[in-house]
Amino acid sequence: MRFIRPLVMVASLALLWQVIVWLTDAPHFILPTPVRVADAWWAHHLTILGHAGVTLLEIILGLMCGVVLGVSSALALAYFRPARRWLLPVLVASQAVPVFALAPILVLWLGYGIASKVAMATLIIYFPVTVSFFDGLRRTEPGWTDLARTMGASRWKILSRIRIPAALPALASGLRVATAVAPIGAVVGEWVGASAGLGYLMLHANGRVQTDLMFAALLTLAFFAVIIYFIVDNGLRHALPWQPDKLPNHQKE
Amino acid sequence: MALRPLHRSDIVIFFSGGAISAERLALPTTPKPDPVNAGVGTGNLPHTSSPPAAIPPPPAIIISGVSLSYAGTYLFKDLNLDLPAGLCSALLGPSGVGKSSLLRLIAGLEEFEAGGKIDIRANSTSAPAELSGSIAYMAQQDLLLPWLDTLSNVMLGARLRGDQPDRARARDLLARVGLADREKALPATLSGGMRQRVALARTLMEDRPVVLMDEPFSALDAITRLRLQELAAKLLHGRTILLVTHDPMEALRIGERVFIMAGRPALLSEVPPPAGNTPRDPADADFLSYHAELLRRLRAADAQI
Repeated sequence: MRFIRPLVMVASLALLWQVIVWLTDAPHFILPTPVRVADAWWAHHLTILGHAGVTLLEIILGLMCGVVLGVSSALALAYFRPARRWLLPVLVASQAVPVFALAPILVLWLGYGIASKVAMATLIIYFPVTVSFFDGLRRTEPGWTDLARTMGASRWKILSRIRIPAALPALASGLRVATAVAPIGAVVGEWVGASAGLGYLMLHANGRVQTDLMFAALLTLAFFAVIIYFIVDNGLRHALPWQPDKLPNHQKE
Repeated sequence: MALRPLHRSDIVIFFSGGAISAERLALPTTPKPDPVNAGVGTGNLPHTSSPPAAIPPPPAIIISGVSLSYAGTYLFKDLNLDLPAGLCSALLGPSGVGKSSLLRLIAGLEEFEAGGKIDIRANSTSAPAELSGSIAYMAQQDLLLPWLDTLSNVMLGARLRGDQPDRARARDLLARVGLADREKALPATLSGGMRQRVALARTLMEDRPVVLMDEPFSALDAITRLRLQELAAKLLHGRTILLVTHDPMEALRIGERVFIMAGRPALLSEVPPPAGNTPRDPADADFLSYHAELLRRLRAADAQI
């Protein structure tokens, strides 16, 4: 049942798509039929998967850099009082500048390779990770820290043994958001200037009115984004079994 | 007004058995004594039983001239209170009167105003004990860490100090609170009473001569509460205990001294508890009349706030 439901969903969406093509009688270079897209995918699958590998690498490297940077910023914010005054405005400003506007600059600085795309993904991930983890670190149950203080724990031990573990569920929700938005960063970077990647392939196909190939690349990107999200989500669930994130029984199927 | 840290090395005179005397009130550092507070601590109660072979002997807690204010209002001012060594002192009073604040001051979790002094010392010659090494703290919530199993929760203190935890002793304590078979269980899988028993084992694991308990059983149902009071009275016997509670029955069951805190700024008065060893039987006729009298006084105290 667990695997049938998504299959049924995909099949119905494909059917709906087909119906729309029939009803609107759209030409194939505006809206190709699902079958045409599938044909295009199969015809170019090696190219598509090759480009997908590049994008996937950018997403994963971006996730890793963004998470490392975000986690360390949140820890610095929580542990050092001056950091809150100096770093917090920078953090907010980093979000006020649209990442899309930064993309050309990053490509200019870091080149057409994957470095600029990793930087884009890192930038877009950094904010949700930092904010959610810092929020979790700030909201430690005061009773726990009181207890730890009466036990003679140092500030560092309170952070490492109580505040960080207690903030992991908050970090986990930040990671889920990060995983969901990381592909945006990578693909935007590829649109601005790249020689490989699904974003580059889509732009290329669009320029040559290969709409079916564009759709095939887009669906591949969506597929990998969903897979990464589920891997991360499942991993987080297993890593934090004590986290009370279960829905009440009557809301479960 | 300047706050001062809790550790101080001023002159402190120790009075065994919780007795208070005129000299102490005349100490130059002690502000003008309050007539009601001055009465507190008098009367040497006979020690009904000697503490078990615990070495070193439990110290007394001597609070003198302590003031605490929030937003310009004094919760208490120049408060004096002696908690006698090796006995359980119960502190009753209306909500918000400052009972928990007083306990938190002793625990070193909050700071009081300059001029006051809280000392924990075993006898008149010994230096004041290091506060953090002397007290164990037990709160209304069990404060178990949800990501640690019960055994690790019991050993939390050692983990937080970076010491090697004594697993055998932790297992033994879990057995004594009746949870020998649950050492691998996560707190979320335990009932409220079991969780508070783990918290009790964690408190015992700290093995401190002073135990500060802030409404430790108030979140439990009546029967579980009775059982836990008995267990706590048995296992903590012989330590210097401050029990903050809003339940007069609890105070009478396990308190060897009973104090009422009332008014703003708060004043303390002592109520003699019924005779007999703790935990006392609440079905006793004598107990019930004490209970009625205590309720009457608490009502009067409540009207003052």
